Amino acid sequence: MSDMTQQRESLDVVVIGAGVVGCAAARELSRYRLSVVVCEQGAEAGQGGATKANTGIIHAGYDPAPGTLMARMNVRGNALYTGLCQDLGVRLDRSGTLVVALSQEDRPYLDALLARGRVNGVPGLCLVGHDELMKLEPNVHRQADSALFAPTGGAVEPYEVALALAENAARNGVWFLFDRAVSGLEPLDDGWCVHLGTQELRTRFVVNAAGLSAAKISQAAVPEKHFHMHPRLGQYVLLENRPEYDIRHPVFQVPGPTGKGVVVSRTPDGNIIVGPTAEDTDSDRDLATTDAGLRSVLAQAHRSVPTLDERLAITEFCGARAIIDERDDFLIEESAPGFFNAAGIKSPGLTAAPAIAEELVRLMANGGLELVANPAFIPTNEPAILFRDCRTEEQVQMIHENPAFGRIVCRCETVTEGDVVRAIHRPLGARTLDGVKFRTRAGMGRCQGGFCGPRVLEILSRELNVDPLLITKCGPGSEILATRLRPEGDSCA
Amino acid sequence: MKSDYDLIIIGGGPAGLAAAVGAVENGVHDILIIERERFLGGILNQCIHTGFGLREFGEELTGPEYAQRFEDRVLQAGISCLVDAMVLDVTRDKHVVVISPVHGRLEFTARAIVLAMGCRERTRGALMVAGTRPAGVMTAGTAQRLMNLEGYLPGQNIVILGSGDIGLIMARRFTLEGANVSAVLEVMPYSTGLTRNVVQCLNDYGIPLMLSHTVTSVHGAKRVSGVTVSEVDIGRNPLPGTEQDIACDTLITSVGLIPENELSRRAGVELDLATGGAIVNQRLETSVPGVFACGNVLQVHDLVDNVSEEARHAGANAADLIAGRLAPKQRTIRVIPGRGIRYVVPQYVDVHEADEHTVLSMRPDDVFRQATVEVVADGRDVPLARFRRRHLTPGEMVTVNVDSAVFRTCAQYVSVRVV
Ligand SMILES: Cc1cc2nc3c(=O)[nH]c(=O)nc-3n(C[C@H](O)[C@H](O)[C@H](O)COP(=O)(O)OP(=O)(O)OC[C@H]3O[C@@H](n4cnc5c(N)ncnc54)[C@H](O)[C@@H]3O)c2cc1C
Ligand SMILES: Cc1cc2nc3c(=O)[nH]c(=O)nc-3n(C[C@H](O)[C@H](O)[C@H](O)COP(=O)(O)OP(=O)(O)OC[C@H]3O[C@@H](n4cnc5c(N)ncnc54)[C@H](O)[C@@H]3O)c2cc1C
Repeated sequence: MSDMTQQRESLDVVVIGAGVVGCAAARELSRYRLSVVVCEQGAEAGQGGATKANTGIIHAGYDPAPGTLMARMNVRGNALYTGLCQDLGVRLDRSGTLVVALSQEDRPYLDALLARGRVNGVPGLCLVGHDELMKLEPNVHRQADSALFAPTGGAVEPYEVALALAENAARNGVWFLFDRAVSGLEPLDDGWCVHLGTQELRTRFVVNAAGLSAAKISQAAVPEKHFHMHPRLGQYVLLENRPEYDIRHPVFQVPGPTGKGVVVSRTPDGNIIVGPTAEDTDSDRDLATTDAGLRSVLAQAHRSVPTLDERLAITEFCGARAIIDERDDFLIEESAPGFFNAAGIKSPGLTAAPAIAEELVRLMANGGLELVANPAFIPTNEPAILFRDCRTEEQVQMIHENPAFGRIVCRCETVTEGDVVRAIHRPLGARTLDGVKFRTRAGMGRCQGGFCGPRVLEILSRELNVDPLLITKCGPGSEILATRLRPEGDSCA
Repeated sequence: MKSDYDLIIIGGGPAGLAAAVGAVENGVHDILIIERERFLGGILNQCIHTGFGLREFGEELTGPEYAQRFEDRVLQAGISCLVDAMVLDVTRDKHVVVISPVHGRLEFTARAIVLAMGCRERTRGALMVAGTRPAGVMTAGTAQRLMNLEGYLPGQNIVILGSGDIGLIMARRFTLEGANVSAVLEVMPYSTGLTRNVVQCLNDYGIPLMLSHTVTSVHGAKRVSGVTVSEVDIGRNPLPGTEQDIACDTLITSVGLIPENELSRRAGVELDLATGGAIVNQRLETSVPGVFACGNVLQVHDLVDNVSEEARHAGANAADLIAGRLAPKQRTIRVIPGRGIRYVVPQYVDVHEADEHTVLSMRPDDVFRQATVEVVADGRDVPLARFRRRHLTPGEMVTVNVDSAVFRTCAQYVSVRVV
């Protein structure tokens, strides 16, 4: 892969950023005969930005203001998700979403959402009364008044979508350069020179999908079209699921005086996620949760689902929406010849990503990119079959063929050594502990990697033939181990 | 491999091993121990420090040495052990599903089962410690495994959250390996570990123990770069203005153990919210007849010697059940924690004519000096049994040996309280 930067000829497209938008764009481009490189400063796809820390809702599209790009991309993206998830073998739980009016005063808000949704072309929206709401969602607050039901709403594991898109793009010939931050851009006569520290790439087209850094990248390419961005933080608590507060449809609240109202949702993995907060900040401060933030999330979540038991918290995290100052919409355009911005991709960016990818390719075609179908394009990935999801006979067969499937590495999520080895050797396979976690769930359960961490580390080291001291959580700088206490090879484990 | 056993023991740690010994001593030999790791011994394999066995053997052993004594007995008794094999499922009718790399998927049935799966550590996530999520935050047990079994030092500048025994032991262990431990923080006004560990692991090495303090934020994007710590009030709320930053590359958590009862739940065993373990009678039999529980899966113990004693008792009772020797019970008395007591195990006593005495284990919910543990019946005022103790602390389990006649005089329940 290192020779990618030694190339003589110009590439067709360089995509900056391997979040869900960059990955979707890369995959869309891989339908055509093009040379495409994705540069990502993080260690793996989907780990560097908003894509790894959001609610994972596939929004129906009643939220964005009519006429915005956001509204159009949302509804279109939502429609594309079913086919996309089928092709990529990604789990999509399309049970529909609910916006719950906790009291009668909330009703006008539901009416407004309903009207807006209809203008945006959201199919199937309807209001449900108290009784029907209780049938749909028995654990919602008993006094809840009514709800807006959006049957096309759903939930995914966002990292799963990004990883599957990236893998499929790679399968169809896209190159990914990880641990490589774009440090500058320089216009050339026939395209752009993309600087990666001391290395550079020449390309005809650039897609800027750098999330929160999109303003900086754009500034380097098109200084005259300056815009400023800031993070809007969103904190979450993830809980073990229990029947007393299980939720079948993501439950939104009507924004009230106490805040924007949080979502309570069940992830496809089966946990309960509650959040987010919405805190505008100016600094590039680390994505840190705060005591106050977590408390407010839980307090608000209890309003819609009073039985939530915070003692069963598994983990907490914080994501950052990429907000363009003074603009309540995505920015998707050719900002300079051959330079395409996909900036300000805040919520519903996950939902919109497949539509944004289509849009970018359409704009690039208008800008002169020749689209010749790639006859070898394969829309699907090799199925990622995990041991725990198999039927008994299949499990027996798996262990018979490969004994590593008979050794449990993660006891909370029943992940076997065979699953981990496979995750490492897939196209664009796992290189970090987080990478294994996002592909197999090893380390996502109750014990948060306490049990499986050392084992996964050992397997990564063995399979990648890398010194254990160099194995990281999420790329250089996040090494797990400091030094050896005994000579190499002297282990009693 | 045969598929029917009199007794199947899930977990080959000290509890599982002692349960097997107890069953053999009571005449049952057709036993299978199933252990997930490649070695028997459980957590003891990574506890290379001494301090084990003072009660059981009258000498101070390391963890592996202690485990070896029981392993020898188990092997001498010819008990079958299946290692590198994980139990995936247990049903009410004592059907056990196992997978192993060597044998594939196996199914067994037993006449009795002893649950001895141990516990797991509470994590930072369960505590909701705010801040970033970098590498370098790990539980004390994970650090212990990395250092003692795998031979790696996970960090150089350490802060330890929680003064549980494992945290204390790891403070010393890190120091001995040349790492710098800046502080051990404890949210309570007292250490939750054994007093001897505070002395031998912190005081002897000059490591500060900051009582009534907690970590309020973790810093660092990729690897931990420091933590903010704050003093807390009696309600454990951080006191504004007391924040201080400590630079470190590693945050070790030792904030409690949780019995590992996923399998028990699958088998339909009723659990006690206070212990996190099964609800049992004085024979350590759970709500599912013929399924027993002991060791850290039943309640978190501080001393392995107590684990062995409890487990041997469970194994012996399982053997009695298998041999049809258990006398029918007359009625059931509930055992309830009263003032000053967080929980009591067993949670109920089946009254039998034959019983001579009954062991109650419990944890106080606070520190008490010159206290008396009293057993009172049916809400009456006069205690039926009293046990004087110089010092009670939540960090040390209390056991009392109650004359079983007490339960025979009682109608519905006894409560246990501190006065
Ligand atoms: C709290 C929160 C809740 C949300 N909830 C939802 C929801 O429920 N449903 C929904 O549809 N959407 C939701 N969103 C929005 C959605 O998460 C984002 O729109 C989407 O993930 C954006 O993807 P992206 O690829 O644009 O950005 P990112 O995922 O941030 O990816 C940008 C990538 O660019 C990389 N990068 C940055 N600079 C450089 C550089 N110089 N060189 C190389 N690489 C670089 C980064 O490392 C990163 O990997 C939510 C967002 C947040 C924060
Ligand atoms: C870090 C640490 C330090 C300690 N220090 C001391 C000390 O100084 N002195 C002292 O007296 N005590 C000490 N103890 C306490 C003592 O080690 C424990 O009380 C004892 O190990 C508990 O025994 P156990 O058998 O219940 O659990 P464990 O030792 O945890 O054994 C449980 C076994 O069950 C197996 N298992 C679990 N689930 C399954 C499954 N599904 N299928 C198959 N097998 C399974 C596990 O692999 C494990 O081997 C310490 C404990 C720890 C954790």
